[in-house]
Amino acid sequence: MESLSKRAKVLEKKPMTLAERAYLPAIFQGLSITMQHFFRAATKKQVTIRYPEETRPFSPVFRGLHVLKRDEKGRERCTACGLCAVACPAEAITMVAGERKKGEESLYREEKYAVSYEINMLRCIFCGLCEEACPKAAVYLQADKMAPPRFERDEFIYGKDRLVEPVTPDNRSKRGIQLTAEQADKLRTQSA
Amino acid sequence: MDFPPLAWQGVVVLVVFGVSLLIATYSTYAERVIAAFLQDRVGPDRAGPFGLLQPLADAVKLFTKEEFFPAGANRALFVFGPCLAMITALMSSAVIPFGNVLQFGETAIHLQGIEINVGMLYVFGMVSLGVYGIMIGGWASNNKFSLLGAIRAASQNISYEIAMGLALIAVLMMSGSLSLREITFQQASDAPFVWQDIFNWNVMKQPLGFIIFIVCAFAETNRTPFDLPECETELIGGYHTEYSSMKMGLYLFAEYINVFVASAVMSVLYFGGFNFPFQAELRNWLVSAQGLELVTASNIITILGLVGLFAKIFSFIFFFMWVRWTLPRFRYDQLMRLGWTILIPLAIFNILLTGGLITFGIIK
Repeated sequence: MESLSKRAKVLEKKPMTLAERAYLPAIFQGLSITMQHFFRAATKKQVTIRYPEETRPFSPVFRGLHVLKRDEKGRERCTACGLCAVACPAEAITMVAGERKKGEESLYREEKYAVSYEINMLRCIFCGLCEEACPKAAVYLQADKMAPPRFERDEFIYGKDRLVEPVTPDNRSKRGIQLTAEQADKLRTQSA
Repeated sequence: MDFPPLAWQGVVVLVVFGVSLLIATYSTYAERVIAAFLQDRVGPDRAGPFGLLQPLADAVKLFTKEEFFPAGANRALFVFGPCLAMITALMSSAVIPFGNVLQFGETAIHLQGIEINVGMLYVFGMVSLGVYGIMIGGWASNNKFSLLGAIRAASQNISYEIAMGLALIAVLMMSGSLSLREITFQQASDAPFVWQDIFNWNVMKQPLGFIIFIVCAFAETNRTPFDLPECETELIGGYHTEYSSMKMGLYLFAEYINVFVASAVMSVLYFGGFNFPFQAELRNWLVSAQGLELVTASNIITILGLVGLFAKIFSFIFFFMWVRWTLPRFRYDQLMRLGWTILIPLAIFNILLTGGLITFGIIK
């Protein structure tokens, strides 16, 4: 039958030659290839990353766990406008807005603030659209922090207790893998 | 020949026993490191320096695992299978001449477990018995995969033993003796010609026989590319599918001991055993130039020969592992075709060739 695409390749099944039937030449060829790998592994540094001691650095543009930023005076930047929740394609963000009371000016920057702000990390696809939507530069996806595995689903709903940036940056959670400044610089020069 | 005291011989047997176990233990480590290196990986390097304590960790793990008996298994035979595999594997190393004689005053210690004049037949007998361990274990498991693996092991071993025996006959035609020690001595050379030492090894006179023998050795020890009895892709684990804990460990151990014995037999039969190049010259030099007594010089040569034999054995063990991590497994019909229609006719041709060469006095 004529082939429609006329690209069919007719394969000829030739009988094996004596060298092929004797197996030995092919076996020695294979052995020499693995031996090259043996010496390469024995002499050169292997590509293996010895995990607990070494970690593979993240890309500098990696989008990890969200953080709700504070401004330079330590006030929460979020004003609960809801643009991030609207932008979110996975509908992972919910929030309840509240009015700032008198005497709370040192806590919240605007008159309106988020009483609760929750992100479901199981729904989140870490696309970063909330970060782009935020007019107050409040939501950021950190480059060095991932949502760790947990046993219960409700533990993946991150509230303000876990999202808001601590007042002193030293108190930031050490959970997740930290990218050192050197590693970040190295990656930036590599990608540039 | 005056026999050394029985006590010394017992010590030698125990040492050979211990060395076989030690080599099998570290074969597991070596296998993993070599596999890793051949695949550009690191291999075990956590337990101790360079991971050298890994076999200990493995042993602890195996001993503390659950001992599982499948429903409907024949319990007695289920335990007996791995024991038999282990016993026969260990017994076959007893007749291998690891070295010449060590002379201490009146006592002469032969570095060989048992000196019998049918040593090669003994090794063959033990290797043939070894398949019973696999057969019994596979049958007693009450599992179709185990049984299939056991049947494969049996038919594979029988098929390849024929070619192996025929390859060996060519060696025996030249040596005229079944004693491994005698075969070793015949490969020594006192000729002054530089390359004479290596040219006197049987592998130079029997290259075809050696290739047949080593291929059959791979099949007899159930190593890749002929590891069809365990064949994970088709039979899960073959004869040891149902085995767990140290019973599984014994099967794996028996395989490594078999590899060690096969390497030792190949070194003795084809690679001159404990002979090494320039041994006669070295002994003469030690006596004449260094002024050592002949006994001391001979002892030094014996120890060097022992080291040399183990170097040969380790190269063969490395080769076994190298091939395992290079070649894929044969299909069962390919295995049988290779054994019956290629290796056996080749081995018979080799016998005829050897006979012709001996008749015309080209080799002796």
